[in-house]
Amino acid sequence: MQSSAELQKLEQIASQVRRDIVRMVFYASSGHPGGSLGCADFMTSLFFHQMNHNPSFKMEGKNEDVFFLSNGHISPVFYSVLARSGYFPIEELASFRFINSRLQGHPATHEGLPGIRVASGSLGQGISVAAGMALAKKLDKDPSLVYVLTGDGELQEGQIWEAAMYAAFNKLDNIIVTVDWNGQQIDGPNDKVLSLGDLKGKWISFGWDVMEAQGNDMKSIVEAVSDAKSRTGNGKPIVILMHTQMGFGVDFMMGSHEWHGIAPNAEQLEKALAQLPESLGDYPAPKL
Amino acid sequence: MTLNDIKETGKKATRDGFGDGLLAVGKSNNSVVALCADLLGSLKMGDFKKEFPERFFQVGIAEANMMGLAAGLATAGKIPYTGTFANFSTGRVYDQIRQSIAYSDKNVKICASHAGVTLGEDGATHQILEDVGMMKMLPGMTVINPCDYEQTRLATIAIAEHHGPVYLRFGRPSWPIFTEGMPFVIGKGIQLQEGTDVSIIATGHLVWKAIEAARILSERGISVDLINIHTIKPLDTEIILNSISRTGCVVTAEEHQRNGGLGDSVAQLLALNKPVPQEYVAVNDSFGESGKPEELLEKYGMGKKDVVSAALKAISRK
Repeated sequence: MQSSAELQKLEQIASQVRRDIVRMVFYASSGHPGGSLGCADFMTSLFFHQMNHNPSFKMEGKNEDVFFLSNGHISPVFYSVLARSGYFPIEELASFRFINSRLQGHPATHEGLPGIRVASGSLGQGISVAAGMALAKKLDKDPSLVYVLTGDGELQEGQIWEAAMYAAFNKLDNIIVTVDWNGQQIDGPNDKVLSLGDLKGKWISFGWDVMEAQGNDMKSIVEAVSDAKSRTGNGKPIVILMHTQMGFGVDFMMGSHEWHGIAPNAEQLEKALAQLPESLGDYPAPKL
Repeated sequence: MTLNDIKETGKKATRDGFGDGLLAVGKSNNSVVALCADLLGSLKMGDFKKEFPERFFQVGIAEANMMGLAAGLATAGKIPYTGTFANFSTGRVYDQIRQSIAYSDKNVKICASHAGVTLGEDGATHQILEDVGMMKMLPGMTVINPCDYEQTRLATIAIAEHHGPVYLRFGRPSWPIFTEGMPFVIGKGIQLQEGTDVSIIATGHLVWKAIEAARILSERGISVDLINIHTIKPLDTEIILNSISRTGCVVTAEEHQRNGGLGDSVAQLLALNKPVPQEYVAVNDSFGESGKPEELLEKYGMGKKDVVSAALKAISRK
C-alpha cells in the first residue's frame, strides 16, 4: 500500500505527462492523444514507481525491468515518461513528429532514441517481442521482469494469441502484460467493430493469471501492478485487464473514439491545459 | 580456377548444410539460439536441439510469434536463428520481419528451407519464388542463397559473426556438393572460371546447372565467365562488372521469379554502370506445381539447356 503523499506525487507527474501529450500532439498537428491520455496513470506508475529501470539506457536491459509498447501509436505518453524519467532531454519532446527527430510518429529504434527497444505501430507484435526478452532473461537467470502494454482493439490481431499461447505453455512467469481496455478503436467501440467477447475468459483459457484494475485511478493501478509483481515466478504469465477511458483527464476528449488520432486546435489545447495542473514544468514549445 | 577444377564430391541437401552449420556455430558461440516452427526434421535442427536443449525453442505453427520472439531474444543480446520453410519465413511474416526485425535492426538470422520449385511434390502453395525479392527490398537485410551443402554450412557459421538481420535461403533436394575447399565470405562472389564470350552469374541450386551448361558451351568452343553469387545483397558489384568487361553480355540464373531476384539486382547494376545484353534464367511470372525437382526446373525454364540457350541468345545480342 502506498502512502497518500506518494500517490499524490504520482498523480502530479501524470498530470504533467498529460500536458506533454496534448502539447506534443498540438504542435505536431497530429498524433494519438486519446489512448495516450488514458494510459498516462499506468505509464507514470511504471516508470516512476514500479519498474527497476536504468535511464542510462542499454539495449540489452540486463538485470533491469524492461518495457515494450505494443500499441505504438500512443507514443506521446511513452516519450513523455521516458523524457521525464531521464532517458533523454525533455526539450526533445518538442521535436515529436518533426523531420530529423528521434521522436518518430510511432516508436522506433532506428534514430537511436534511448528507451525504445523495438519499433511498434503495426499492431499485435509487442507480446511476442516481450516474450522473447522474457526467454532471454530466463536463459541468463536474470530475475528482472518484462512489461508490455497493448491496446484492446489490438487484441483482434492473431499474433497476440500465438504469443499468449506460447507464453503460457512455456511458463513465462516473468512477463506482465497490461491491456488498455478502453473499449474504443478507430472506427468505434470494440463491441461495434469486432467484439472481444469474454476477454477475461479468453486469457484464462489460454492459461494466464488474469487481473483487473482501474487504470485511471492511481491507487488502483499502483496496487494492481504491485499485486502482479507479487504473482510473478508462479508458473504463469500475468495479464492486467486495465479499464481506462480514452482521453482521460481532458473532459471533452474522454470516453469517445473521436480523439483516437486527431490533434486539438489552439483553443482546445488551452481548454485541455486548464484542466491539467503543471507539476514538473512544461518543455519549451517548438519554434513553428 | 576453371571448370576442370570443379569436382562433385558427393550429394547432400543444402538444408543438411544448415543443420550441420547450426550445430557447429552453436558450439563455437554460446549466444546462438535457435527457434523452429514445427519443422525440426525438415530443417535438420535436431542435432542442435539435442546438444543445446536450453537454447532451442520450439514455437509451434506460429511463425509470426516466432519472428517476434527472435526479435526479443536479439534485443537481449542473443543471436537467434529461426527455422521454417521459405514461404513461412517471408511472405507469411513480412510485416513482423519488417517492423520488429529489419527496421528495429535486430540481429536475427532468418533461415529458410524448401525455397523454390525444387521442393517438388508439395506444389505451389509451398514453392515460394518471391522470397528473395521481398527480403532484398528491406533496408539493412543481407540476403544469402548458397549453392550446395558445403556453402550452406559455411554460410550458416559465417552469419553469426555478421551483425544485422540476414535471410539465408536453402532447399530440400539432395544436390551435388562441389564447393569443398572454397572460401565463403559474405558479399564476395566466387569466380568459378574466367572467360571471354559470356558471363553466367548464378545463385543457389542453379549454380550447378550453370556449371553443367558451361561445360556444354565449352564443348562448342564458347568461353564462359562463370560466377557464383551466393550473397544477393549486398551484391559483389566488382566481380560482376569485371566479368562484364571481359565478356560484354550476361546470363543470370536463379530459382526465383524474374521479378525481384538476382537477375534484377544485376540488371540494376548494369543499367547504372555498363548496360550490356542480359538474359534471365528464372521463373517468368508463374506459380509452380507438383512434380519432381528436375522435372520442375526444366518445365519452368531453369534446366541446363535453358542456361545454354540463354547464353547463346545473350551472345547473339552483342
